[in-house]
Amino acid sequence: MDKKVFEGLKVLDFGWVIAGPMTLKYLADYGATVVNLESSQHPDLLRTSAPFKDNLPEIDNSGYFAYLAGNKYSVTLDLNQPKGFEIAKKLIAWADVVADSHRPGVLENWGFSYQELKKINPGVILIRNSNQGQTGPAAKQPGLGNHINGLAGIVNMVGWPGKEPISLQVAYSDYVVPHFAAAVLIGALDYRRRTGKGQELDISQLEVGLNLFAPKLINYPGVKVDESLKGNSCEYAAPHGIYRCKGDDRWCAVSVFTDEEWLVFCKAAGQLSWSKNPKFSTVINRKKNESQLNELVEAWTLQQTAEDVTKLLQKAGVAAGVVENTHDLCDDPQLKERECFWTAQHEILGNFTYLGQASRLSGTPAKLYRNAPRMGEHTEFVCREFLGMPQEEFDACLMEGVFI
Amino acid sequence: MANTSEMMSGYRVLDLTNENGYLCGKILGDMGADVIKIENPRGDSGRKIGPFYQQVPDMEKSLYWYAYNLNKRGITLDVETEDGRQILSRLIKKADFLIESYPTGYLDKLGLSYAKIHEINPKIVMTSITPFGRTGPYKDYKGSDLVVMAMSGLMYITGDPDTAPLRISFPQAFLLASAHAAAASMIAHYYRETAGQGQHVDVSAQECALWEIANGIPLWQVNKILYKRAGSFLSGRWSDTKQRLLWRCKDGFVSFYILGGPSGIKTNQAISKWMAEKGEIPDYLKNYDWRTLDMLKQTQEMQDRLEKPIGEFFLRYTKAELYLESFKRGIMLYPVCNAHDIQENDQLKARKYWVNIEHSELGTTITYPGAFAKLSETPLTFKKRAPLIGEHNPEIYEQELGMSQSELSVLHQSGVI
Repeated sequence: MDKKVFEGLKVLDFGWVIAGPMTLKYLADYGATVVNLESSQHPDLLRTSAPFKDNLPEIDNSGYFAYLAGNKYSVTLDLNQPKGFEIAKKLIAWADVVADSHRPGVLENWGFSYQELKKINPGVILIRNSNQGQTGPAAKQPGLGNHINGLAGIVNMVGWPGKEPISLQVAYSDYVVPHFAAAVLIGALDYRRRTGKGQELDISQLEVGLNLFAPKLINYPGVKVDESLKGNSCEYAAPHGIYRCKGDDRWCAVSVFTDEEWLVFCKAAGQLSWSKNPKFSTVINRKKNESQLNELVEAWTLQQTAEDVTKLLQKAGVAAGVVENTHDLCDDPQLKERECFWTAQHEILGNFTYLGQASRLSGTPAKLYRNAPRMGEHTEFVCREFLGMPQEEFDACLMEGVFI
Repeated sequence: MANTSEMMSGYRVLDLTNENGYLCGKILGDMGADVIKIENPRGDSGRKIGPFYQQVPDMEKSLYWYAYNLNKRGITLDVETEDGRQILSRLIKKADFLIESYPTGYLDKLGLSYAKIHEINPKIVMTSITPFGRTGPYKDYKGSDLVVMAMSGLMYITGDPDTAPLRISFPQAFLLASAHAAAASMIAHYYRETAGQGQHVDVSAQECALWEIANGIPLWQVNKILYKRAGSFLSGRWSDTKQRLLWRCKDGFVSFYILGGPSGIKTNQAISKWMAEKGEIPDYLKNYDWRTLDMLKQTQEMQDRLEKPIGEFFLRYTKAELYLESFKRGIMLYPVCNAHDIQENDQLKARKYWVNIEHSELGTTITYPGAFAKLSETPLTFKKRAPLIGEHNPEIYEQELGMSQSELSVLHQSGVI
């Protein structure tokens, strides 16, 4: 029998997009019942994001949404109708955790401030993910994760020396938030278990994101921060970079830190005439002659596949790796053996690959219990089974268009 | 566990990590756990990582160490010695968590495998952070930040199409892994508190970092589209059309993009209105009906026609001017900030994000990024700066374990503590 860490834990998610729902993925993957409250009037941005099955942008066709939404239930509800509002209140009363990741103020506009939620469910834990927090002058500014890349300074850390910075294509901190938010949410659950007290958690994507650059943000009189772009170099290592290999757009990473590792690299690489050159014999010399060294290393890697360079160097004990594209990742033997991705037959998407969890718990492994839901797939099930709504009442609400 | 003023009061964490795992214990410490950082008597390897306070390289002045070992106490212990292992075993008996980031197999060789630790304390949660996880064909692979980032997808899609993939220059892979490790440890903690059993948490940095490739995996699996580098543009998400993400302005750059659908329309219309008010809008854009924008059908030529005048408009203003006006108009445009800009950010100031922590050993106060969450009942707090080497040896070894001065003198001189 599966041991589920969060067996019986009930979660209601008003939220959408990435950071909020991914926080709850942590709970869902370990057995919590997570109900995703949706509206066809304002569909989740991921539901309208590519890729789509057969390139048809239908609401249930998004592979992006599904990739992150395994193990969740979906209910559609029109909160602007009195009956929809009443059903939402019942779900709030049902839940241990209520989650929100809309722009600050939206939940209040629906009538569900933390104060109101407490009236319905005194021990409730409300977790709110937003770009910049629930308070302060910029709380209600609209924006997406890609914008936070600029605000949090990430963009200024990507690029080649002397050139313009280059933006990330992904909403970087959207995928950082869930780790921190899940840690503190589970802390709040444990605290409630001990004391009976719920609370409100206000999580700002900007504030979380800055944790990943904290040493650069430490401030004291006279502080000097190095803002220069560094490419792939490391202040105290060489060679340390990405080198072109045989094939079309194939690359490998090589990082050599100590002189000892350098000797191992030279030995593994074989008869390279330049490797014994004193210009490269110590870390000081390698850093001094780094651009020449990089050219020589690349001349060597160009003769081979990225996979061969990786195997050769790793076997000798040097950190090296293929710059993996998404095709490589799907076939990566390490990820396969560890079942990093979960696969299942999805009624719309076919044989589908889900993001799993990034760690293995020896006693209570995470797993895919259910496929990502179609929008509103569980509306009737949740109303009938979780809320105990009589069939006639459900049918009447359905006829009135409450579940849209 | 009587003290309930903090979320994790009364729980003890033994932190045996190096720079690959500091953040995990720091997160638990911020939540109120009693985190004891255990380092080699020669000083932890992460103390050598810059930047340094006043640019002076010194084992006690690493800002990297400072930032990620806040809210911890620190003791020295050489776990490679028999005495060291015995002391560690005594600490394990009373601990709730043990976090480590040694290479796979290192602790097993010392006789400190999970099985052994479980025997000493069946309720302990042990968390191991490694580059690729403790199983599988790459379990013994060496993984620097560069290598793990290369092998997890984000680098391949970052940079210009014709030059090498780029990393984020401040190392990220093990920070992502450590943050994930904190969440996973809390999951195991919750289970321990409800079911009474500890367990071993095996964290792979590669798997944590690949969360960052967004829809890359489904793009490949569902549509066989390979996500590629596109410079400062967004590519492949809707069609072959690229959308500019990073825009030059008078004194730097701003983050902005033309987004289709209901999410983008307000911003798009507001930009047109603003440009029109300034008399800096070409007729084409002036007459353009943003409601007709469909990113699925948008060709590159159509996209470029929209982006060109907007790019020219941005060039006439500073990033502060653009942000201020966008702020007023509800436009999704944000400045590209450096450390100084972030320190001066009004929103962070209004939320009292920054915390001042006294460093009596330096005779000064240093300002740090603060709480990663605001909690109504159990606020995260900042009690102490990162420990000096062996700073809390007396507290732990004498007061708690009751070791004698003479014992400690022997252990000190033999290099155990």
